[in-house]
Amino acid sequence: MAGSRDILRRIRSVKNTQQITKAMKAVSASKLKKAQAAMLAARPYANMLVSVLGNLAARAPREYHPLLAHRGCRRIEFLIVTSDRGLCGAFNTNIMKRAVALYHEKKTDGCDLTLNVVGRKGRDYLVRRDYAIRKDWTGISGHLNYSHAQTIASEIIENYINAEVDEVYVIYNEFKTALSQTVIAEKVLPIEPPKTDIETASGDYIYEPGPEAVLDTLLPKHVEFQVYRALRESEASELGARMTAMDSASNNAKEMIAKLTLKYNKARQAAITKELMEIIGGAEALK
Amino acid sequence: MDKLTLEIVTPEKRVVREEVDEVVCPGIEGEFGVLPGHTPFLTALRIGELSYRIGGAHKYIAVTWGYAQVDGDKVEVLADIAETAEEIDLHRAEEEKARAEAILRGQPAEVEFEKGQVSLEKAVIRMQVAVKK
Repeated sequence: MAGSRDILRRIRSVKNTQQITKAMKAVSASKLKKAQAAMLAARPYANMLVSVLGNLAARAPREYHPLLAHRGCRRIEFLIVTSDRGLCGAFNTNIMKRAVALYHEKKTDGCDLTLNVVGRKGRDYLVRRDYAIRKDWTGISGHLNYSHAQTIASEIIENYINAEVDEVYVIYNEFKTALSQTVIAEKVLPIEPPKTDIETASGDYIYEPGPEAVLDTLLPKHVEFQVYRALRESEASELGARMTAMDSASNNAKEMIAKLTLKYNKARQAAITKELMEIIGGAEALK
Repeated sequence: MDKLTLEIVTPEKRVVREEVDEVVCPGIEGEFGVLPGHTPFLTALRIGELSYRIGGAHKYIAVTWGYAQVDGDKVEVLADIAETAEEIDLHRAEEEKARAEAILRGQPAEVEFEKGQVSLEKAVIRMQVAVKK
């Protein structure tokens, strides 16, 4: 019976694991709902920001503001958004693979690159592979709010202006559905203003304190918001990915339990048969 | 009589979307009122109190940085933070004010001083709005 006891112990341990994965799935599902709601809530702001920006940018020359001006693409900076915690399937691997591929692609094009990363997982990935990280932020996921985006954006803008970075990309997981997310590399700097034809951007607006001054403060806001949106998308994607991963883990556990139970029953039966044979054999010998 | 559509949004949510009769905003170059038929207008906002009127009822909102765009009968406000009188915790605002005052009293360096001043201003506006429930 020694063999069957081992199997029993294994069944118990798999069951425990299954309970954990099931609970994690339920937790991510409910958190995902909240994250999705937060994403939707940001949408009206996004629409209005774009319309105001389009309105203003239509009347300003591109060279007017450093955040708008094209300067070629010799020095490029990445902001990679990953999660702090694992157990979410290929979520972090996917994004890091894509980021590293892009990094080498740009490198062979003769660009200088600097890396910024959000999330413990991405940071660890890069550190293990000896990439230099300029700046990292961790501990955001779970209690993300707008001020995180402000901190990150102001750091990026400052570096963009002082260190003369030519382009900044944000690489993040875009939330498609709870089951799927796609890795996106989005250029946030220089800002591509939304196209508005001058006709609709009616010329008789009054600006306080003047169109240039409004634009000056609006452009950093736009970057801030782009970062905020990337963080939000990434958060929702992470929860979606975790939900899916935990769901398949629970299913695998179920399968494994079924297999082990069968094995246990077989072992038990074999033991009974063996005992019976021994008794019969003993009785035969006494005759 | 004509109405204005007032919409106030922050990155985190839409705070207000209502038909109103009049809006008063804290523009960067001074407070301004908007009535239906206002000329197209775009301004930055400072930290301050935004109020609007529906019929005879006045409502107040504390806004922090942002823009107001007046176009036809639409008033759109983009703010970093916008809190209605009901949302503000008066007690916390008072604490913030005390904290900011303490920072300012310590005669800090320039950057700290500015930060302190901003949070003091925010706290004062919050308190001002909170009592107008």
